[in-house]
Amino acid sequence: MVDVALEDVPSAKAQDKLRVLNWLRLQDKSFHFITMGAALTVLLILGGVIASLVIGSIPALSTFGFAFFTTEKWNPVTEQFGALAPIYGTLVTAAIAMLIAAPIGIGVAIFLTELCPVPLRRPVGIAIELLAGIPSIIYGIWGLFVLAPFLQKYVQPALIDASANIPVLSSLFAGPPYGIGILTAGFILAIMVLPFVASISRDVFETVPAVLKEAAYGCGCTTWEVIHAIVIPYTRVGVIGGVMLGLGRALGETMAVTFVIGNAHRISESLLAPGTTISASIANEFTEAVGDLYTSSLIALGLILFLITFIILAIARYLLMRLERQAGS
Amino acid sequence: MSLYASRRRTNAIYIGLCYASAFFGLAWLVVILIDLLIQGFGGLSPAIFTQMTPPPGESGGLLNAIVGSLIVTFLGVLIGTPLGMLAGTYMAEYGRHSKLTFIVRFINDILLSAPSIVIGLFVYEALVAQAKHFSGYAGAFALAVIVVPVVVRTTEDMLLLVPNTLREAASALGFPRSLVIGKVAYRAARAGLITGVLLAVARVSGETAPLLFTALNNQFFSTNLNAPMATLPVVIFQFALSPYKEWQQLAWTGALLITFAVLALSIGARALGAQRTDK
Repeated sequence: MVDVALEDVPSAKAQDKLRVLNWLRLQDKSFHFITMGAALTVLLILGGVIASLVIGSIPALSTFGFAFFTTEKWNPVTEQFGALAPIYGTLVTAAIAMLIAAPIGIGVAIFLTELCPVPLRRPVGIAIELLAGIPSIIYGIWGLFVLAPFLQKYVQPALIDASANIPVLSSLFAGPPYGIGILTAGFILAIMVLPFVASISRDVFETVPAVLKEAAYGCGCTTWEVIHAIVIPYTRVGVIGGVMLGLGRALGETMAVTFVIGNAHRISESLLAPGTTISASIANEFTEAVGDLYTSSLIALGLILFLITFIILAIARYLLMRLERQAGS
Repeated sequence: MSLYASRRRTNAIYIGLCYASAFFGLAWLVVILIDLLIQGFGGLSPAIFTQMTPPPGESGGLLNAIVGSLIVTFLGVLIGTPLGMLAGTYMAEYGRHSKLTFIVRFINDILLSAPSIVIGLFVYEALVAQAKHFSGYAGAFALAVIVVPVVVRTTEDMLLLVPNTLREAASALGFPRSLVIGKVAYRAARAGLITGVLLAVARVSGETAPLLFTALNNQFFSTNLNAPMATLPVVIFQFALSPYKEWQQLAWTGALLITFAVLALSIGARALGAQRTDK
């Protein structure tokens, strides 16, 4: 072995095997430490992100205090900033996205694991994953020039007419059809997170032992009954984890939303009205922000966003990890 | 018999819904690609690759943005890849069962899906605010922070796929761990490691949010990394939201270029990964 290694250690004398061994030992130790240092750097990145956001947001949070989270006013001229409208926009657009993407994503996963002819499974699966790989700015430009005009012309007027006389819906779908707004942003987000939900649900559906499904089919169950009574209960935790992961993406998504949300710092009852999200506010205003307080308020928004997504993603990962352990044992 | 009929009916309804959702999912990919081709293909000309981004109302190309994107992406991947690979190596080889690995894996998975705009804010605070000017370096660093979790994840996964018997055979010959990793594990996992890097390139080449306030933008051709630098995604963002027809056309063409580059990269990465598993 030493002879093999000697080829790589030109400086060492071929006769001096002990020196080579020592050198290898040192090399091994330093490689161990370097890799460990790299692993610690990952933790350091997270620490750096949190520290820089906290330090950056101190001026805003100490000026406005808790009111920062509860006021809607956002006025760069008088330097009055409140985060309520972006927080509201973030939560509502993500909720709309998940309402659409969660059931459809699970449907796609069921299709891929139970219904799709086997030769088609791989290509269809890859196509769905490619949808996840398209950069968000592409969804943005497409949403602005194609989807928004389409919704404005055909979908939104129909929504307004159909819900005109229904008490709650009429205020949700009120006002002129702008095309851009909260609803459009939520819809774009739905298209974006759909592949995440679908591919994770597919992966967890595949962990269901075939014996269980075959037993159910053997009892005379229909395909849907097998899915409903065997597959989904067996994988419930993992599917919830996948949906939460999609939610984490939807909350933090920036470019696609920035194009179609309209960037208006106000909370409207109507989903058709323009609004803003945390990420869209930062993307739109950060480079133009003058004054420490303005910049700091935007960084504070970033801190809020990071904390929300961190918690959601941590829960998602925890749930998925639990399923992995269950599959392993 | 009526119970049987109603079960059949329920089954048909839900199965139909599953087919419909699969169609819904795939339709968007087709619609988006077709729209990109329709809108972007018309603007595709040699001028795109030879001329600079124009002032409003004039014709021009995207050369400075394309070059800037290539430089910033290359540098970001160059910084992020070694770091990610080393960290992944620790997790799969030295510290496979250690507590540190468990924590790093958890944190890394969260960083993997963390909002990229927050990464932009972090780099702004850490680099741009300190240097008091925007720069290509800051943009590359922001992309590197996004590359690291992707590479860590694939490196660990790929190294864990290497059979332990290979490592044991090498150890039995007296190889120290570092040589077992370098000469056996890395070589066995090479295709997978390259896949990881390709996926990371695909991931960052369309990233816009972290570049907005790090690399900023530049109307002119510049390879000075210490100054603001134009990148394709940021130019698309700026041009698409402008009222000028020429700029919007350039934005569509740029979007077409990025999408096909990203799709080619991810399909290439997958083909490489598939080759590996076939063996």
